[in-house]
Amino acid sequence: MRLQDIAERVRSRCPDVVVARGEATAIVDRGDLLEALAWLRREHDLALDFLSSVTATDWPGREPRFWVAYELYSLAHKHRLRVKVGLPEGDPHVPTVTGRFPTADWLERETFDLYGIVFDGHPDLRRILLPDDWEGHPLLKTEGLGGVNTRYKGAFIPPVDERTAH
Amino acid sequence: MDEAMRGPAFDSDEEIRQETMIINMGPQHPSTHGVLRLLLELDGETVLSCKPIIGYLHTGIEKNCESRTWMQSVAFVTRADYLSPFFNELAYCLAVERLLGIESPPRAQVLRVLFSELNRISSHFVWLATAGLELNAVSVMLYGFREREMILDVFEAATGLRMNHAYFRIGGVIMDLPPGGEDRIRELLRVLPGRIDDFDHLLSGNPIWIERNKGVGFLSAERCLAAGVTGPPLRSAGVARDVRRDEPYSGYETYEFDVIERSDADCYARFEIRLDEMRESLKIVEQCLDRLQPGPVMIEDPKVRWPAELEVGPDGIGNSPAYVKHIMEESMEALIHHFKMVTEGVAVPAGEVYQAVESPRGELGMYVVSNGEHRPYRVKIRDPSFVNLQAVPSMVEGGLIADVVACIASFDPVMGGVDR
Repeated sequence: MRLQDIAERVRSRCPDVVVARGEATAIVDRGDLLEALAWLRREHDLALDFLSSVTATDWPGREPRFWVAYELYSLAHKHRLRVKVGLPEGDPHVPTVTGRFPTADWLERETFDLYGIVFDGHPDLRRILLPDDWEGHPLLKTEGLGGVNTRYKGAFIPPVDERTAH
Repeated sequence: MDEAMRGPAFDSDEEIRQETMIINMGPQHPSTHGVLRLLLELDGETVLSCKPIIGYLHTGIEKNCESRTWMQSVAFVTRADYLSPFFNELAYCLAVERLLGIESPPRAQVLRVLFSELNRISSHFVWLATAGLELNAVSVMLYGFREREMILDVFEAATGLRMNHAYFRIGGVIMDLPPGGEDRIRELLRVLPGRIDDFDHLLSGNPIWIERNKGVGFLSAERCLAAGVTGPPLRSAGVARDVRRDEPYSGYETYEFDVIERSDADCYARFEIRLDEMRESLKIVEQCLDRLQPGPVMIEDPKVRWPAELEVGPDGIGNSPAYVKHIMEESMEALIHHFKMVTEGVAVPAGEVYQAVESPRGELGMYVVSNGEHRPYRVKIRDPSFVNLQAVPSMVEGGLIADVVACIASFDPVMGGVDR
């Protein structure tokens, strides 16, 4: 199937599909996520049965603030589709897809670790890359980078995002 | 024997097996390919449960990219999976090029394929070396690193560095092959097939190697796909998935090569696959050399390309005296342009792409998001080692603890990529 056909086909179930740069992105509601993924997998001409990646982006000041992105792939048809779910700032919860795609286990843990997004129903939602007692979620745009205290006259080297501005 | 020496008496086997032992394998265990920790629950020598614990090598590459320019981030992502740096660079550069809507010139594309395939061979050599060492084949370790060093010498001659090259840049590669570079690669093509055959002879018929690998670490295709496993472990289960073939990039659809698969789904099948993949990679390298035509290695657009013409000096990537003279003495405009491109860099149109490439360990994906500014808004590295490692428990549970080592080795995880 060509990309436009895939987009058209997906639109019959999820109306909000964007095609750009050779990729199709379906935007679904978080309440509909599990149903939509099941449908995308069940339909024979889509057969999106392989989950490549789960991650998120943080857009402070926008609504929804968080976007969780699922990269789906079809082994039979060798095409891709991205499914995105927007999450509001005060309530970053989304149902886990580990039931359908066990590979999401660590990917969701990583997203939780780095963004604080809670995947409801995840069997073991703990930090994975950072220490258990770490405070905060470093990939949030509101988290600072740190900087370096030096031993030279108490000088402080500011973090890189404060050092340079263009 | 007197009663005290015999120890406590048990009525049945059941009674003996009431206690299990928790063992931390790692993070400093030599056979875990770096700093991987496995929390094993053992009943005698049988593994009851296995929990991988990762994060010891987390360096925040993804966060760091967000405060660097698009061009600088190449030097960050290349350090994720340090045994296959070219693939990290390739996936990132292809993703950014798609956001920019540009394509690198033909010679750069051929060079990218050439170096990627050489990198695949060098990475598989390290796999042979370390996997061999873990299963007590020490000579294999010595030979593997020796062979790999030959390839790294070529990398060093071409890019200035043995590893973490930052050689692929947005819009092409940073510099052309050095004088005599093609001959050195041809020399590799002459030597390496025999060396790969040596490994074949050393290991393929070796009874210990077979005993340790055959039938060990079975992971069916269904389990692989559910757990997201890609690369040699998936192909060892009879699924011929290869991103180079299924979603071609950099002109892979025009190269002739076979996707190697086996159906035994065990450690031995993964060994065979990697050996044959090295041979296939050599075939691709040969085709690359044959179609290498003179031409630019970076796109011409001055608004995107790196301004300096670099060359390899005695101490790595040196600067170019002619270029420095030009910007410092001849042209104020060139100096301003250089300054703008180096400090600020290129602004990438807003959008998002996911670019997958076939790394030696499986599908390496880069999800790159731009908000239209001079720095990446988000760079997510979908590292195959990270995803593959999830499947380790289902492979080792119920087996012997000695096989844990063989199982992990057969996945070839690189912790730099896992923890990023």
